[in-house]
Amino acid sequence: MAMKKKHQRLVLALIALVAVIGAGLLAASALKDEAAYFYTPEDAKVKGVEPGKAIRLGGMVVGGSLKKQADGVTIAFDVTDGKAVVPARFTGIAPDLFREGSGVVAEGSFDRNGTFIATNLLAKHDERYMPRELEGMTYNATSHEMKAQ
Amino acid sequence: MHAFANPARFLRIARPLTPWLFWGGLALLVAGALCGLLLTPADYLQGESVRILYIHVPAAWLGMGGWTGIAVAALVQMVWRHPLAGVAGRAIAVPGALFTAICLVTGSIWGRPTWGTWWEWDGRMTSMLVLLFLYFGYIALARASAADGRGIGDNGGVSRVTAIFALVGAINLPIINRSVVWWNSLHQGPSITVRGSTIDMAILWPLGLTVLGFSLWFGAIVLMRMRAILAENKIEARLARMAREGLSEGMGESGGEGAREGRVA
Repeated sequence: MAMKKKHQRLVLALIALVAVIGAGLLAASALKDEAAYFYTPEDAKVKGVEPGKAIRLGGMVVGGSLKKQADGVTIAFDVTDGKAVVPARFTGIAPDLFREGSGVVAEGSFDRNGTFIATNLLAKHDERYMPRELEGMTYNATSHEMKAQ
Repeated sequence: MHAFANPARFLRIARPLTPWLFWGGLALLVAGALCGLLLTPADYLQGESVRILYIHVPAAWLGMGGWTGIAVAALVQMVWRHPLAGVAGRAIAVPGALFTAICLVTGSIWGRPTWGTWWEWDGRMTSMLVLLFLYFGYIALARASAADGRGIGDNGGVSRVTAIFALVGAINLPIINRSVVWWNSLHQGPSITVRGSTIDMAILWPLGLTVLGFSLWFGAIVLMRMRAILAENKIEARLARMAREGLSEGMGESGGEGAREGRVA
């Protein structure tokens, strides 16, 4: 009898656990878009963010697009997610890790011409960490090896 | 597992094991931290600040591992009614919360120079903060149910509600793990997965030392806290019996109590 009760409790606990975890995961995946920390350039285009609405825009800084304006404190650059490109402008001090070819999350809003006017810049780096000697080498995502270009 | 249903038997193993875990863990994490500070190269992008990784990553893993332990203990308590399960759950909660807090603080210190912010409400950071609050909730519930007194004896003072809270809170673990995959986040994606690591070996290796060191230390703290909780329960059981049997009688038989109380606690 004791064994039977124990098994009953085990089955009940497991069913409850599976149900609760399933509900939690369903809720989390339903949040998918709402819990996103930033819009990608493609999101911004598809969803048609109206000018003046405060959002975050995240993506990569397009190589060669970073230009310093004449006033010396304003920079212009393009943000891409590989599907769409958005021009952006920022006046102020950018974080050290902000550079071409690297990730950026910009807070601000679009102006009427579709340029993103950033009020704050955050640098987003990827999951790769390596010594300086390896910089410029290419990374193989399947074998996790670095090779000279 | 039920071999340890008798706390006296558990204590016979836990007592000599504690100093080994404590000093071994401390030696490993000091060695790992020194190697991480002195021997490894700086990161190509982040420079020297990458070294906080050797503290941040073990703290994050142990914060999540701690709640996994609490949830397993809660399951064992509810299904098998193991007398040490509740004690283990309560013992894990405080170091679990501590390591989660260390993860949040080191992450914040790391975020300022790299990302340009102390804190952002992205998926990873928010879900990790929720984990810290879950720990606070569990600690408060367990303390309340232990103070209530009814729980002690059967499950080390952890009420059924507390155990259910621990199991429900476990939903947050896969959410923390997947937060950087499901949602756009400021925090980068996972570096270390079952398929390998995107951290170069030259930077990665001391992490093994600090992860192992912190884990052993965590184990030592849990064993010490379990022993403290068992001792506390024993005191309470003795006080209760002394109150029942009258003071003089309780004092008189103090010699032969060990085995009996072992079972009570």
